[in-house]
Amino acid sequence: MSFAPGQTVGPFFHLGLPFEGGNLLVPAGHPDAVRLHGRVLDGRGAAVPDALIEIWQADPSGAVPRATGSIRRDGFTFTGWGRAQTDGDGHYWFSTLVPGATTPGRRPFFAVTVFARGLTDRLFTRAYLPGDEPDALLDGLSGERRATLITTREERGLLFDIHLQGEGETVFLSYPRQAR
Amino acid sequence: METQADMSREIEALRGSGGPQPRRDYPPYRSSVLRHPTRDLHQVDPEGVELWAPCFGAADIDDAEADLTIQRSGEPLGERIVVTGRVIDGDGRPVRNQLVEIWQANASGRYWHQRDQHPAPLDPNFIGAGRCLTDDDGGYTFQTIKPGAYPWRNHLNAWRPAHIHFSLFGTDFTQRLVTQMYFPGDPLFDLDPIFQSVTDPKARELLIAAYDHSVTTPERALGYRWDIVLSGTHRTPLEES
Repeated sequence: MSFAPGQTVGPFFHLGLPFEGGNLLVPAGHPDAVRLHGRVLDGRGAAVPDALIEIWQADPSGAVPRATGSIRRDGFTFTGWGRAQTDGDGHYWFSTLVPGATTPGRRPFFAVTVFARGLTDRLFTRAYLPGDEPDALLDGLSGERRATLITTREERGLLFDIHLQGEGETVFLSYPRQAR
Repeated sequence: METQADMSREIEALRGSGGPQPRRDYPPYRSSVLRHPTRDLHQVDPEGVELWAPCFGAADIDDAEADLTIQRSGEPLGERIVVTGRVIDGDGRPVRNQLVEIWQANASGRYWHQRDQHPAPLDPNFIGAGRCLTDDDGGYTFQTIKPGAYPWRNHLNAWRPAHIHFSLFGTDFTQRLVTQMYFPGDPLFDLDPIFQSVTDPKARELLIAAYDHSVTTPERALGYRWDIVLSGTHRTPLEES
């Protein structure tokens, strides 16, 4: 079958996509809340102020959430999915929980989707927790490329910058059953 | 600033140069120049959460959000339309109970957005955003207004063909899609670098809704049908259970 082509989100996606609490997978005051955040940068290192980032993740036990309620959050249910737009400095942030490994012994990651004005189709990537577990994707990359997929641990969070192009360009992913 | 004739030559030179998806490296769309990866995408087998999509439910959405003509106190201006269709996956199965979001300009081609300051009127009765969940057959339906074409600053005299932005989820994370639906016969198609970033003409056709008189509502609204095929899924039956 022929898959529908993607098209850019354009400059006006704020009208349709962001919603209140979209970036709060847990309330920021949650005792286990961490801030997953970073900047989206273009090929010259300039901030991308009109990008949209979505994350999808396991809960701390490694279970894949099946609960509804991401759009109208009740503050108690962990749905594992969030959406955040970048600000004028290209910065995005989520309040969330640290994901567990969906398979024991594997390195946990956030699945990340990137949209932006000027980006004709979405990009997929992974934001891994720092660690030393083996991983099929990470182990097949050069050190420099691998580093683009690993978050930096901070006191209360995890830092993950996204470079759309150029020096330190993030490794973006495709999957077998997609048209290219 | 380049003229439309300059732009059309650039578009012409790239026709057929990409696959069925848009080229991310597509210089005629000027904003793409510094915003596309230069390295090839790295193919991986999806694992863990990538084999699943987030779930949305009735509590996330009001039924009224699928009707963009009743969001304010009065009737919006413009041509009322119904846009309906099915979301199906790459194996032909309906994508059930999944989120569909849309946003669009009003009948004058103006977005309810601070960054759109071009001198076409806002309509106080039309915001232009809606969402719904697909039904058990993957079906969705929106009541809305036909959006107008609008100018942008990609090049001199650049105009976007009328379109509605669609955001879609499948049953796998890997099926996530944001795209635009167009209306049949638009004279701006050949001139528009965003539409033409999909350089395969057959693939572009997939973005154009069909006028469907059986969807047209008497005395009320013209009907358009647009089915959306997402990419294939990766879960095995074992994982499904």
